[in-house]
Amino acid sequence: MIQFEHVMKNYGNTKILKDLSFTVPDGQFLVLIGPSGCGKTTTLKLINRLSEPDGGRILMDGKDISKINPVQLRRHIGYVIQQIGLFPNMTVEQNICVVPKLLKMDKSKYSQLAREYLEMVGLPYEQYAHKYPNELSGGQQQRIGVLRALAASPPVVLMDEPFGALDPMTREVLQDEVKKLQKKLNKTIVFVTHDMDEALKLADVILFMNQGEIEQMDSPEKMLEHPASDLVRSFLGKRTPVESDQLRVEDCMMTKPFVVSMDQGILECAEKMARSGIDTLLVVDENDKYLGVLPINNIRKYGRTASGIVPLLSTDYRTVRVGEYARESMDYLLGTNASFVVVLNADDTIAGIITRNRMARVVAETLWGEEK
Amino acid sequence: MSAFWEFLQANSQMLQQAIVTHLFYVFVSVAAGFVLGVVLGIALSRLPSQYAAVLLPVLSVFQTIPGVVFIGLLFLQLGMVPITVIIALAIYATFPVLKNTYTGLTGVEAKYIEAAKGCGMTRFQTLVRVELPLALPSIIGGLRLSTVYTVSWAVLASMIGLGGLGNFVYQGVESNNDLLIITGAIPAAIIAVVLGALIDLLQRHVVPRGLRKGAEK
Repeated sequence: MIQFEHVMKNYGNTKILKDLSFTVPDGQFLVLIGPSGCGKTTTLKLINRLSEPDGGRILMDGKDISKINPVQLRRHIGYVIQQIGLFPNMTVEQNICVVPKLLKMDKSKYSQLAREYLEMVGLPYEQYAHKYPNELSGGQQQRIGVLRALAASPPVVLMDEPFGALDPMTREVLQDEVKKLQKKLNKTIVFVTHDMDEALKLADVILFMNQGEIEQMDSPEKMLEHPASDLVRSFLGKRTPVESDQLRVEDCMMTKPFVVSMDQGILECAEKMARSGIDTLLVVDENDKYLGVLPINNIRKYGRTASGIVPLLSTDYRTVRVGEYARESMDYLLGTNASFVVVLNADDTIAGIITRNRMARVVAETLWGEEK
Repeated sequence: MSAFWEFLQANSQMLQQAIVTHLFYVFVSVAAGFVLGVVLGIALSRLPSQYAAVLLPVLSVFQTIPGVVFIGLLFLQLGMVPITVIIALAIYATFPVLKNTYTGLTGVEAKYIEAAKGCGMTRFQTLVRVELPLALPSIIGGLRLSTVYTVSWAVLASMIGLGGLGNFVYQGVESNNDLLIITGAIPAAIIAVVLGALIDLLQRHVVPRGLRKGAEK
């Protein structure tokens, strides 16, 4: 358990942290977030005494950390930095075993240790243990960075924007892995980020800081439901459910649906559907104005007798105008077995369609945050 | 050419003697200069950078003082003993090592030091396990410079009558004998090249794969 009690920190005359008090229970994943300069990284570095407070105290399992030798303290706290900082003169195995070596753990266990941890992140020992950091990709390097922090089984791990420099794909994979490792190994993690998506995804509790003070400290759900201030709300961005009522149809429609002009032949239309794997086409007239929907069933039933596609059109699909609230369309889709709603611009041209899939995605996004 | 060859054969005993003396001066003074240079380089890198900003330019000016002058001064103090030569050469050998150790250590990126500290390394452990290994290529570069320089500076030993390959050179200059000058100069050049190559080999052996430039991705 980590406790901050009235912690203060100044740089010259600027107060970086003003009377900060909070508690992190064992096994909790705490994410520190806030605008740059809010003091989140300073807060993190106070925990392993890379920085010292100017007032108040920090307790770890009830012990005042200012009374613990900082070198000893750090050997029992994992630390992952954004710049990764794997030692380039050491192999992957040596990097992982840095802290066990400092703690003078049994040497014969090093390779076993490296093997176990490498397996946890899906890197085969034989292939990776004896590589040097510059022979790995950025994502692999930071995996090793995380393993280095975990190898001596510290109860607490500090992470300072560990995935900030990675590409979005790799970042997501590593986030999943860290969350999994944290649950499996039951670590207390204090994690700094400026990325709200990351915070919402990883945190048990988010501590939102601003100008050295706690703006809000809550679980992700509570923060989404009740942001304490406009600043928190702006960080949460579009994700706040409050706004889901405000969604307009154009926010949830799929643009560029399959559209054909009314003078297309029946066979051409059938072929286009087959090629694209769809069962309906939107049909427009020569001025691009919406005429109706051509379902494959109509072609099957009446295709042989009809001369063009116009008689086959079905006009009972629901249409809405750009600018309308999305709520009604969603209710309609949920309440009937209609597969989509057509969205029209003011001049009757087609803006897009709202499908069931699309709707599910939008609802999920507003609840859980937008995918990047 | 054949005259040179005959001359060499006639004087082979003397030449061997001179090479051994020469190498002795080089090894002892480079070893001493290396240790001194590394220690001083480490010390300087621990001080605020203002010290280096003053000290390094002063040292490079000092380095331009001709060896002749310096050996002469020491000779007046200590007399005609090998230690005179060794002290003079060792001091000259110190500079490149000191400078490269300093640049090597201060060139270590802050992230590695922060990581080392965050892992719970003491300052000494950080120095020995992270900083020095990362500065090693630069330090060995300094050793190479020192060695090659010292081979040529050791020629000055004979100026105060202490032998080495300089004997041939000085006698040659005095008696206007090109053959003698070449007999001193060529082995000295060969020694410099060979020692340089040996240090390159050392570089390749002691620098881990992860630090070599252009290592495979």
